[in-house]
Amino acid sequence: MNPALHHRLARSTRWVLCAALGLAAGSALPVVAPSTAAPDFTLRAMDGPNMRLQEQRGRVVMINFWATWCGPCRQEMPHLNRLYEKYKGSGFVLMSVNVDEDTRNASDVAAKLGVKFPVLWDTDKKVSRLYDLATMPSTVLIDRDGKVRYVHRGYLNGYEDTYEKQVREMLK
Amino acid sequence: MRAGVLLFVLIAGSVLGGCAIKPIEPWVKPYERERLADPIMAFSRSSLAERHRDHVRDVREGARGATGVQGGGCGCN
Amino acid sequence: MAATDFWRRLGAFLGGLLAVGGARAVDLPGDSAEAMFHSYSGGGVTANGPALLVRKSVMDKVSLSASYYVDAVSNASIDVVTTASPYKERRNEYSLGADYVYRDSQITFGLNRSKEPDYTANRYSLDITQETFGGMTSVSLGFTRGSDEVGKHYSPEFADIATHWQYRVGLTQILTPRWIASANFEAISDDGYLGSPYRIARVFGAAVPERNPRTRSSRAMKFRVNGDLGSHDAMHVEYRYFWDNWAIKAHTLEGGYSRYFGDRWLADASLRYYRQGHALFYSDNAQAETTYVSRNRQLSTFDSIGLGGKVSYTWRKEPGKYEVKLNGSYEFVRFKYSDFTDIRTGSAYGFNANVLQLYVSATF
Repeated sequence: MNPALHHRLARSTRWVLCAALGLAAGSALPVVAPSTAAPDFTLRAMDGPNMRLQEQRGRVVMINFWATWCGPCRQEMPHLNRLYEKYKGSGFVLMSVNVDEDTRNASDVAAKLGVKFPVLWDTDKKVSRLYDLATMPSTVLIDRDGKVRYVHRGYLNGYEDTYEKQVREMLK
Repeated sequence: MRAGVLLFVLIAGSVLGGCAIKPIEPWVKPYERERLADPIMAFSRSSLAERHRDHVRDVREGARGATGVQGGGCGCN
Repeated sequence: MAATDFWRRLGAFLGGLLAVGGARAVDLPGDSAEAMFHSYSGGGVTANGPALLVRKSVMDKVSLSASYYVDAVSNASIDVVTTASPYKERRNEYSLGADYVYRDSQITFGLNRSKEPDYTANRYSLDITQETFGGMTSVSLGFTRGSDEVGKHYSPEFADIATHWQYRVGLTQILTPRWIASANFEAISDDGYLGSPYRIARVFGAAVPERNPRTRSSRAMKFRVNGDLGSHDAMHVEYRYFWDNWAIKAHTLEGGYSRYFGDRWLADASLRYYRQGHALFYSDNAQAETTYVSRNRQLSTFDSIGLGGKVSYTWRKEPGKYEVKLNGSYEFVRFKYSDFTDIRTGSAYGFNANVLQLYVSATF
């Protein structure tokens, strides 16, 4: 192949490759990061009145994003239940945000899992987008001043111990 | 051959550095994957059934491979 | 210089690809158990039997699976009835698998052993799948090594081996919240005895034992798209192209549609079209003396159309706990050969086949 054509091909190859599927690594900083203010939102609850994040100021808040179709999310539920029951009297609030399209099915699953904490509906994914979730499940821990302290991506066995340790630390 | 390599690399992704254009972010977020998580969208719902079907074909057809079923196989003459 | 520049960047990119995803975990396959009755009947051959599969995760790190499969074969196929006499045989197949998940990667080891009176096949496989690009892209590599022992009934002096190497690479890409596509490529190499000690070829009208090459090298490429159609239904389309150094070229086109009916019922329908060209040394009745000659209809020019249906009923379900399903599937396949004659009638051979699967599957 002659050098001029080769050069043109190499250049256009590079352009096409750049324009093709890209990387996410090293791109924009996450919107929700430790030490930033937690974005405020209001969501409809499964049973009870709407819940607003700002109104929880003064308490330690854990926002857990989950869906019925996500295995680790369901695995995590009993642990979150236990955590909620143990610390709710000490100023701990668990806001469980569900992103299912079918809220009726999600209510069924939540009931079957014996969930005692408030479940909120985010069917149009507004809050999920606001918090720029990178994984399902995602757990965000917010301190009494409304600042994000810890963000957990995903759930693996043992994470609940970390959650408990961090909640206790923030409740002091 | 060159087209094959180009296609492979295109599929594999874009190139770092030398890119004046901002890299593309994943456009389907984890919380938008409800439909894809449904068993109806799985490539295979039962590995036993898949293996049987594959075996029935393997024994009668000259073509083999790229079915997604791993391992297994016999000459079965 | 431009070349090394390109490779350096490609290396940086691929490294970056693997770094994306952070602490996101790939799910370990769920625990399950399956019991199946399978049945094939067509062209004078019936093969029925049970199959079992159990999968259990251990310590949340490894998922172990074991399966047992039996084929009770009754063979009165056209080859058998025209050159020998019908026979019955039983084939047992055992598999063991281990899946290990670490962050975004999944590693699968597999062992498979298939045993029948005159043929033993062993397979060892390793597959690695890596999720990248925010979980939208999944790249997988796989390798299988097989070693077979070939024997012949009533001829203990006949003993030969066959070895196989399979290399596969696959890519799965989420296109939209409703569409997902995949591309798979597999190269298979075989070495050793690749024919059948019972099969006869025809040269100038006379029956001679077949002569197959002792090596074979093949490639297959498959593209598939799955889409959710919005009303509790989904469709899929796939195409596979196969080619090898025996000059066989084959096309496979398959499409399917699945739909939920109410809470408990799921039905699928599928259509598959397969077409292949004959191997270089294949001939229905060879008119020349060649090094290799075969009348194996598996290597002839033929096409097949299969129409299948499947129904699943969710018998018991506890969301998040367990689910038991009853399933049944049936496929009708029509084979039509272009250059293989039925020597009983003198015309091109064709036959119909029925493939049936009845199984109970439980996930827990």
